[in-house]
Order: sequence, then C-alpha cells, then structure tokens
Amino acid sequence: MKWSDFFTSSVGKKLIMSLSGLFLIAFLVVHVGLNACIWAMDDGVMFNKAAHFMGANVVPRVLEIGLFAGFLLHIIQGLALEFQNRSNRKKGYAVKMGSKGSAWYRKSMGLLGTLILLFLIMHISHFWVPSRITGLEPTYIDGKEYHDLFGRMAAVFTDNIGIVILYVLGCISLAWHLVHGFQSAFRTLGLTNHKYIRLINGLGIGFSIIVPLAFALMPISFYMGWV
Amino acid sequence: MEHYSMNLTLKVWKQKNATAEGNFETYQVKDISSEMSFLEMFDVLNEQLIHEGKDPIAFDHDCREGICGMCSMYINGRPHGPWHGTTTCQLHMRAFKDGDTIVVEPWRANAFPVVKDLVVDRSAFDRVIQSGGYISVNTGVSVDGNTIPIERENADKAFAAAACIGCGACVAACKNSSAMLFVSAKVSHLALLPQGDVERKNRVLNMVAQADKEGFGSCTFTEACEAVCPKEISITNISRLNSEYLKAGLSADKAH
Ligand code: HEM
Ligand code: SF4
Ligand code: FES
Repeated sequence: MKWSDFFTSSVGKKLIMSLSGLFLIAFLVVHVGLNACIWAMDDGVMFNKAAHFMGANVVPRVLEIGLFAGFLLHIIQGLALEFQNRSNRKKGYAVKMGSKGSAWYRKSMGLLGTLILLFLIMHISHFWVPSRITGLEPTYIDGKEYHDLFGRMAAVFTDNIGIVILYVLGCISLAWHLVHGFQSAFRTLGLTNHKYIRLINGLGIGFSIIVPLAFALMPISFYMGWV
Repeated sequence: MEHYSMNLTLKVWKQKNATAEGNFETYQVKDISSEMSFLEMFDVLNEQLIHEGKDPIAFDHDCREGICGMCSMYINGRPHGPWHGTTTCQLHMRAFKDGDTIVVEPWRANAFPVVKDLVVDRSAFDRVIQSGGYISVNTGVSVDGNTIPIERENADKAFAAAACIGCGACVAACKNSSAMLFVSAKVSHLALLPQGDVERKNRVLNMVAQADKEGFGSCTFTEACEAVCPKEISITNISRLNSEYLKAGLSADKAH
C-alpha cells in the first residue's frame, strides 16, 4: 500500500489527527509545567529563567518548529476532516438527533477546535510575537539579562478582566476538546482492551480537568494579585 | 400492560423518485392497537390510502422479525425509533401515546440515495461486502466441530460482531455519515477467527477503500452509531478495525 493512499484514507486521516493530537497533549504537559513556575512566589525569577532556557537552548527551538508544524497539521487536517465529513450528507433530517446517543462535545470537535484556534491567535500575539519578533523589556537576574516574560504576563492580565475572561473561555474550549480527544486518540490508534480503555478514559478526564484548570488559574492569579 | 388504541398524526417523507424534490405529507390514522408493530401501522395506513385512491407510502421490509435489516426508517429523530436495540419492524405501537405526532424520514446520506419515499438504495453496503467481507474457501464437506480450536473470548466477540444485519442505522445516525460500525463488525467477525486470518490484510484494506469510495465518512467516535444499532454492535469493533487497518497498511507489501 502506498503511503499516500494510507494517509488519505478515512482511517489514515484519523491517524494524523490522533498522532498530532497526542503530540499537542505532550506539548501541553511541558507548557503547563513550565508556566507553573509563576507560582514560585519569587517575582518571576524562576519562570523567567525557565523561559530563557527554552528560548536559548537549541533543542527547544527545534522542537518549537515541530510544534508549529504539529499545530498546522492538526488544524488543517482537522478542518478538512470536519468539512469532508459534513459534506457526506447533503440533505439533512427535519428532526435532528440532538444528543440522543452522542454527547454534544463529541460532535463539536470542529467547533471547539476553531475556538481554540481563535484563542491561539490571540495568545501567540500576546506572548510569542513580542518575545521572538518585536522584542520584550529585559529584566536582570544576578546581573544577567533575561526577557521579562513574567512582566509581560502581568501587563497582559492585571486590570484586564476582558482578556482574563477570553483566556478562561479558551481553557474551557480546550477542556471539552480534550474530554473527547484524549480517549478518541487512543481508540483511533486501535485500543480495544476494555481494561485499558477504562484506564485511558479516567486519565483523559483527569487530564482534561487538571491541565486547562491550571492554565486558567494563571491569568486569574495575575488578575487577583496572587502572584 | 393494558392494551389500548390510539389516534395518531403521521408526517411522512414522500418522494416520487430518486430525482424528485420530495416533501412531508401529513396523515391521520385511527384506532391503532398498542400491540401492532410499527410496520403494521403503516400497512393500515397504506390500505386506507389505496382505498382513497392515493399513492401508498413506499417502505422497505422483508423478514419483519429483526434479522434482515431492510426496515430503514428514521422515526422522531432516531433511526429505528425510540426503542434501544430494536429494528423498526420490532418496534411496537405501545412506544407511542394517543394523540402523538410521529415524523418518519428516510436514512439520509449521499451514499444512501432515496429511491422512493422511505426506501433508500443501500447497495453501497453490498459493494463493501463484495470488496472483502468473505472468506475464499473451497466449501467442501463441513469439517467436524472443534477441529479448529478457537479461544472462547474471541468466539464470543466474533459472534457478537456477526450479528450485524447491515441495516445502515449506524450511517443514518452518524454526523459524518460514517459506515465504520458496519465495516468494523464485518472485519472483526472474520479477523477474530482463524478462518479469516489468511485474507485479513487485504480484507480490511479493501473494505475501507470501498467504503471511502462510496462516500462514507471517517469515524470520530461520537458513539451515535452504537447507541442506535438494533444489534447493539460495540464501537470497540471500530478500534479493532483501526488496529487491523494500521497493521495491514504498514505491513502489506503490495500496491493497492
Ligand atoms: C492544544 C491544542 C489541541 C490539542 C491538545 C488537541 C488534541 C486533539 C486530540 C487528542 C484529538 C483526537 C484525535 C483522534 O480522535 O484520533 C483531536 C481531534 C481533533 N481536533 Fe484537536 N487539539 C488541539 C487543537 C485543535 C485545533 C486548534 C483545531 C482546529 C482548528 C482542532 C481540531 C480538531 C478536530 C477537527 C479533531 C477531529 C475530531 C475528532 O476526532 O473527533 N484541534 N484534537
Ligand atoms: S452495525 Fe448495527 S446499525 Fe450498523 S448496519 Fe450493522 S446492525 Fe445496522
Ligand atoms: S424487516 Fe427485517 S429487520 Fe425489520
């Protein structure tokens, strides 16, 4: 079988979604762990150092290219999948099935993904663009110069209830996307053993609550003056 | 339960032929017994329509005992109507109350075009089966039972998957119009048994390719298919299909 036939088949397209989705999940683990340094209660010293390591080291910079590629692949294939699948029923039903048999979030992955995408555009313009392109104020720790990403977070979130709400909404979209996506990714890869399916379901729900909650608490912490 | 009779309003999809526009017609039926099946209720209505010189409603049916998979009807927003694990022919009128309005539509999917009224063309499923849902064996004298030992768990799973009657409710319910519950039931049935082992790679690759060609979508595990399947085929079969497909696709050494 040719690779091109393999990856463009209905199962192959889902394989791409699954692998890119799992890659993004792995990225979320790194991202949430690094950002949790803002709660070190040291005015951002640990966080700025950690962010500096990610920016200065070649390995994370190469991974960053992979991350952008992973996002692009997931987004393009995701939107294509959504529209192709929808086009398979040109004439719909007068009485919709609604949630008979399928929870709303399982059927709304395209919508939830699009909300995440909109959030991402805002998020990248808040942090990645100033940090990598337009430049950030420096801060000095032990005489060494660092990008003041902590200061940037404070500037974005403090006294900015609108932005804080948008970030929390972004996290809620991510949570629902993951409640379905986490376990669906493993089923796509062919997990049939019910013992492991139950385990993955539990892990997935835990991940979908804890990680987006931790992310949401970051802007809230700045807004409330907890850090 | 008490027997009772009911008067109902039916809104049924009427479409002259494959190319006609089609629209909902409203019908009144009286004195329907709670013990009738849904199709018997349609028989009563059609007799009434024939007496009135009107066009009866075309619908598919054959066995009327839940095994042939012909009776495709989307009733009040659910394939095969409100009862779980039940075909339309096994649905009984005690599922409804006096005065109810029931909306009946054909399966909707590009791959299942409407032929007339509630009848759709499901030959796409036949072509998927023809592409690999069989074992090419020389059917000589049947061998003794138990000559080929089969693990109990696999035998049970294969048997459960083999219960699929090819009705198409999974496609009708799926937001992606995916046929994967059907395809996976057929693939699993044979992949779980030693007799299916020889052709397992080509089978899954060919059947998925044919389903794609017919215009069925990708499975995104919304679980709607499993919820409406009259034979309660497990969605885990789709994971098995994916597993079979990935293994075959990565290892098969032949252009398809
Ligand atoms: C950090 C961000 C994201 C993560 C961690 C993530 C994760 C996942 C995972 C694990 C899956 C399941 C794959 C499978 O079922 O095999 C998935 C599916 C999907 N994602 Fe994402 N995703 C993210 C962002 C996005 C974005 C930005 C979009 C689109 C604009 C998107 C659209 C989709 C679609 C359409 C599906 C397929 C639907 C389905 O399988 O049910 N996702 N995602
Ligand atoms: S899997 Fe179930 S719903 Fe789909 S065709 Fe078979 S019996 Fe019908
Ligand atoms: S008529 Fe055969 S299954 Fe309903």
